[in-house]
Amino acid sequence: MISQNIQLDAQGRLRHLLTIEGLKRQMIVDILDAAESFTSVTGQMVKKVPLLRGKTIVNLFFESSTRTLTTFELAAKRLSADVLKVNVSTSATNKGESLLDMLRNLEAMHCDMFVVRHAESGAAHFIASQVAPHISVINAGDGRHAHPTQALLDMFTIRKHKKEFAPLTVAIVGDIMHSRVARSQIHALTTLGVSELRVVAPKTLIPNHASSLGVQVYHDLLEGIRDADVVITLRLQKERMEAALLPSEHEYFQQYGLTPEKMTAAKPDAIVMHPGPINRGVEMSSEVADGPQSVILEQVANGIAVRMAVMSMALGRAPEGAA
Amino acid sequence: MQPIADVDALIAKMADELQARLQTLASEDVLMIGIHTGGVWIAERLNQLLNLSQPLGTLDISFYRDDFSRIGMNPQVKPSTLPVAVEDKHIVLVDDILHTGRTIRAAMNEIFDYGRPASILLAVLGERSGRELPIQPDVAGTHLSLDSHEHVKLIGPDKLSLSVVRTP
Repeated sequence: MISQNIQLDAQGRLRHLLTIEGLKRQMIVDILDAAESFTSVTGQMVKKVPLLRGKTIVNLFFESSTRTLTTFELAAKRLSADVLKVNVSTSATNKGESLLDMLRNLEAMHCDMFVVRHAESGAAHFIASQVAPHISVINAGDGRHAHPTQALLDMFTIRKHKKEFAPLTVAIVGDIMHSRVARSQIHALTTLGVSELRVVAPKTLIPNHASSLGVQVYHDLLEGIRDADVVITLRLQKERMEAALLPSEHEYFQQYGLTPEKMTAAKPDAIVMHPGPINRGVEMSSEVADGPQSVILEQVANGIAVRMAVMSMALGRAPEGAA
Repeated sequence: MQPIADVDALIAKMADELQARLQTLASEDVLMIGIHTGGVWIAERLNQLLNLSQPLGTLDISFYRDDFSRIGMNPQVKPSTLPVAVEDKHIVLVDDILHTGRTIRAAMNEIFDYGRPASILLAVLGERSGRELPIQPDVAGTHLSLDSHEHVKLIGPDKLSLSVVRTP
């Protein structure tokens, strides 16, 4: 069992961001508030602030990603940090160098932060437990476990549109079983205290312990999104179909895909979210993805501000013991 | 804590001096910017007294401070809002107390990241000794002679008062 307190320093400040689980409500609110102030940076002629000048951030992506990698890189650059991307698939790990040796080498180059994406659950935790004391680790997605910055940018987007979390009914639709995004969203939404949190999916894509996470389980889409304020859809991965957990894309869309007609079951001012990339005609129709209720592109833009907030909080801690 | 000055009278005096300096400029070319938090309170009053046509801008210089690596992230940081482009504007930069000059340095850096203003005037409620950078006010409500253990604090936002606090 890995301790979650590894995320905080001796004074309770954010050192690593590995999972939403175990983060106090106030910490989440502080991150969202800091992100709010970073949104003004995009309005500047020079879209940069000198906050992390002289810091070096390494993107360590052991699993491919476009959106997450790009927004982490942009966030670091807008904070004036130096950013480098280690192309892990072609790097020394393929030549037999161990992960720890690679970390030691990056430490010797005086890097300050590792942003880690890995197909194995717990990879970012493991790296955080091994790095030198001055280094911060941000989890950019590990296996089926967690994707905390995605959940935070989703919370930021929801707060922008709905102001308060307490009165909200939120429905998460799709592959809950394999989704690190869903897991992090569930922890964030329950910590922020939404009124009702539902998960909507076929039986094969909902973990048995789902109700112990504090969610209501639905297998019917219309019942699941009825009167919801927020409808979050998840990406359906094709390999799940090959594993025979699902019949076909077409049939999934018939039962769980969002269309303008089905969306009338939710509240008229409900917002539709998706972490991307969308399979049009599978998770939702193009009319919904590009429609007035969709906030999907806002999520991408907000991802930069939220990642700037997390990076500057983790790297902008006064030295231990200082007032 | 004993109030040391009539803040409203100081602001009225600043407004008169600024009026004299700005009279050759068209009102729409002047943009007043207050620095969070005390500078915004004073700038709100000056903007009204001078009857400027452009809405007030506000700056939070937390992201431009030179002591970030020593004091860390300020969790109470507020967004900067510059409602009009600073390009070619005559800026009146307003703060409560001018001390080391580092806040003004950070504010000017931030302004230039938004564009190239035509000029910047610095107006402060109080100017005190202890400068660490070559920055001086164009308009100052009062000059305070204080030693390094004394700090000036502006209380607000509704009724503004200025007092001196001694630290050991």
